[in-house]
Amino acid sequence: MPLFSQLYNFAHWLAQNRDEAEDLVQETYVKALRGFATFQQGTNFRAWMYRILRNTFLNTRTGLKATMTVPLADEEDGPVVNATTDTQTPEAILIDRDHQDVLRTALEELPLHHREIVLLCEVEEMSYQEIADLLSVPIGTVMSRLSRARAALRAGVQRNLQKVG
Amino acid sequence: MTMSSDDNAMQQSGIAHDQWRAQLDTYLDGELPADQMRTLDAHLRTCPVCAADALRRVQFKRAIKTAGARFTPSPEFRDRIQKKIAAKPRRSWGFTWVLASAFGLMLVAGLLTAYQQRERLREQQFYSEIADLHVSTLASSNPVDVVSTDRHTVKPWFQGKIPFTFNLPELQNTDFTLVGGRVTYLGQVPGAHLMYQIRKHEISVFIFPEDLVALRAAPQDGKERSFNLQTFTQDGLRYIVFGDVARDDISKLSALLQSAAKSS
Repeated sequence: MPLFSQLYNFAHWLAQNRDEAEDLVQETYVKALRGFATFQQGTNFRAWMYRILRNTFLNTRTGLKATMTVPLADEEDGPVVNATTDTQTPEAILIDRDHQDVLRTALEELPLHHREIVLLCEVEEMSYQEIADLLSVPIGTVMSRLSRARAALRAGVQRNLQKVG
Repeated sequence: MTMSSDDNAMQQSGIAHDQWRAQLDTYLDGELPADQMRTLDAHLRTCPVCAADALRRVQFKRAIKTAGARFTPSPEFRDRIQKKIAAKPRRSWGFTWVLASAFGLMLVAGLLTAYQQRERLREQQFYSEIADLHVSTLASSNPVDVVSTDRHTVKPWFQGKIPFTFNLPELQNTDFTLVGGRVTYLGQVPGAHLMYQIRKHEISVFIFPEDLVALRAAPQDGKERSFNLQTFTQDGLRYIVFGDVARDDISKLSALLQSAAKSS
């Protein structure tokens, strides 16, 4: 089945629950099958499948609860400010595989709108335009949200590293 | 209180770094406009502070990619889905035929797209890793482990360190200079990383066993962001010539390497 493993991974990160992730993926394939007539040949099939998955998730109880916590002030389309790093940044520490769990925990702790955009950009390697189409937001919002998500992830890693000691 | 001229210069330098580094994430995502990308490339070649920052960010991106690819579906779940999709209720032969055709078309479209995307991602990932090795070496305070302009010194240095041998070209009467080399790894496979110089610009030459990456086609004229590259295979080895110099220079060095490889 096309994109099965990738969709499952993304669904699991969204729902943070294995059973829910399986339900999401199952429903995505059923919807895709039923709605295949609406898919425009030559357009991005991957983005289409991910959009179905994401929209299905947002209509679940978990998804509705997650979207209710997005702060409105986060959605400004202001100029992108890439977070600057210094010599104490956690990136250098993350080369050590023992600290992968620290990064995973920080990813889990991100709010949904930050977690999904980091995953779409870094794991799925989607372009800004693909992400904009999938999330139905302007490219400027993708850039600013990604910048904030990365800053939040770095802060989370730093925080978790301090707990580990 | 007025600032001293030294304080002022330091503050200006800090502001300049912040302005460059503000673009780094977008640059590393491959989303900067071409002219801004070229400008930032030129700056990274001359600024070790920003180059080191770029390297840290690349490492962070890689760590996120590894950590993010965490969850895999169980074989039982995969079987369950396949059976469920296959066991649709039959309303009529006509409907079943339409459903089967739609699923077949979707499957073909999806498999083709997934295959193309996977191949493209695999190639992009390969070239991104090569770019990372090149940039990280330039940013290092010790870019090579064997420092010599003499190929008769550099080549034997690799014996016993990598599982293959190779020939290096004679560079007399050319514009190229051999700087040295080091052992490098790609996908946990050891290879040779040679550093050449031409008009104060560095070119990396990577040599790996050919079966490391089965590229569909060796691009005659490849570009990874604003770098140029050329790759070829010879006698079971894959050579990748990579740098931010002109395409013509990459081709000339590739030709020299190819000629030397054939003469073994």
